[in-house]
Amino acid sequence: MNRAISHRKDDAVEFANVSLRLGGRTVLSGISLHIPANAFIGVLGPNGAGKTTLMRAILGLVPPSNGSISVLGRPATRGNPAIGYIPQMHGASPGLRLRGWDFVAIGAKGHCLGLPRLGKAERADIDRALDLVGARALARQHIGEMSGGERQRLLLAQALIGRPQLLLLDEPLISLDPHRQQEVVALAKTLQVELGVTVLFSAHELNPLLEAMDQVLYLGSGQAALGSVDDVITGPVLSRLYGSAIDVVRLKGRIFVMSGSYDVEQGAHQHDHDHDHAHSHEAHRSHADHV
Amino acid sequence: MPTMFDYDFMRNAFAAATIVAVLAGVVGYFLVLRGQTFAGHALAHVGFTGATGAVLVGISPLWGLVSMTVAAAIGMGFMGEKLAERDVAIGLVLAFALALGLLFLHFFTAYATQATTLLFGNVLSVDVGTIWILLAISAGTLAVLAVISRPLLFASLQPELAEAKGISLRLYGVLFLVLVALTTAECVQIVGVLLVFALMVGPAAAAQRLTHSVAWGVPTAGLLALLEAWLGITLAFYTDWPTSFWITTLSVAVYLVSLLSSWIGSRGQALLSLRSDTI
Ligand SMILES: Nc1ncnc2c1ncn2[C@@H]1O[C@H](COP(=O)(O)OP(=O)(O)OP(=O)(O)O)[C@@H](O)[C@H]1O
Ligand SMILES: [Mg+2]
Repeated sequence: MNRAISHRKDDAVEFANVSLRLGGRTVLSGISLHIPANAFIGVLGPNGAGKTTLMRAILGLVPPSNGSISVLGRPATRGNPAIGYIPQMHGASPGLRLRGWDFVAIGAKGHCLGLPRLGKAERADIDRALDLVGARALARQHIGEMSGGERQRLLLAQALIGRPQLLLLDEPLISLDPHRQQEVVALAKTLQVELGVTVLFSAHELNPLLEAMDQVLYLGSGQAALGSVDDVITGPVLSRLYGSAIDVVRLKGRIFVMSGSYDVEQGAHQHDHDHDHAHSHEAHRSHADHV
Repeated sequence: MPTMFDYDFMRNAFAAATIVAVLAGVVGYFLVLRGQTFAGHALAHVGFTGATGAVLVGISPLWGLVSMTVAAAIGMGFMGEKLAERDVAIGLVLAFALALGLLFLHFFTAYATQATTLLFGNVLSVDVGTIWILLAISAGTLAVLAVISRPLLFASLQPELAEAKGISLRLYGVLFLVLVALTTAECVQIVGVLLVFALMVGPAAAAQRLTHSVAWGVPTAGLLALLEAWLGITLAFYTDWPTSFWITTLSVAVYLVSLLSSWIGSRGQALLSLRSDTI
């Protein structure tokens, strides 16, 4: 066995030569990583890079086709109570007439059989989770009538039920305006530090996470790079992950990942809204100007 | 002048309606919560084939209904999400189920009465033996629902998170559909194949509009279904119009009232918050 990838005591998650396949397609191949405990890790990469798949693998929902994953010193298994999770697609239907408190409560011992009655300990845990995310005021409000940012807070509270050691937050910034994005990142960072947990926070853009991140995990072309922002967000590393020439431009404390004159992060983001997929050269230029 | 409770058939009708309505309201609440109301509709159609097939071979249509709906529920549960994308295929299968039921009835002599009873229900003809069977199925279904209610709720409202916490979405999906199948089979006794929505979906949807939590919503759904069924039978007795017509009408009316009340409620809240903003 390779000494370099043997288990270290202070690892939150360890990937040893892991390949992940979905429906016959290899999403990640032969990856080895040590994700340190008690750190804020930004998980980045273009659409389809495998951010969600990586989190589902840590949760034991996607068994590796090769290699092994260990989480907090144990093999990854489904139903690990030490992991809190916000899925990228969450079921919370709009117009659902359920109060915030009851919504968070659904996750408390939700896997146990019986009527959904709660004991004192669970009630206290729910109140604590709501307090931690500053959502006491949302407890009585209907989940269907909340803004995106408020709902994100409740989902975070739900993820904190059961006092997890590892939080997997899959794209919690999606559809939030820049101001709310900063609030959510700051909240996640505060929780990470105060509770002494590990946070994996996936996002489409690097800049909102820059201040919070201890390390960045960048995925692309089936590969992964983990390390400090200075080590990973570089031309050579990202060119390997994107499979094309990438320039990294630093400007006023912000970082832009450019392919030619085209900002790939903005581009990936823009694509969801663009109906016109024929990007002219001018359009590329304007992307770059815009940043 | 005799009251309606002086007649055996009326007492039986109330007993059967009570058993079925409570079950339909409670199971319907979860059905609406999961956005699976179409499944209830589909199971009823498939049940029609089972019921008429049973009549043809000379056994009770209730058993034909139960076995056919449960089998269909297990099949639908295992197909899971794949089913949702195939509405044309499902529509055709349902049409075929009804047509097949029609063919079975064609071979049966008492064609017309049997067909109307199955399609639109006839609670006034329920006998004591059937009531005991309904009670047993109802008790069993509610007991199982009580046992799985917590993970079912989690899986219904937060499927990805529930899955991550070790809940098998497929297992609970199949189990729940089997409960829906049994409930559907019971509803057919009261309101018939075509009007199952009246008991299973109407009261539950209204209850969801009128309450803010599952703990209140479930009993409200059961209670609404019960009141609609009782009042429907009473109105049928005094007007001599069909029971299923009255139950369905009440179900629709209650749903409309719930829409109105939640609309007024949110307008009221909006007004209040507007005022507190300006102060
Ligand atoms: N059930 C599935 N079967 C087959 N392929 C899948 C399945 N789910 C996802 N994939 C593929 O796996 C790849 C990785 O998907 P994943 O959702 O992990 O990416 P992501 O980085 O989270 O993307 P995004 O930024 O869009 O959320 C994608 O190419 C996707 O098409
Ligand atoms: Mg994703």
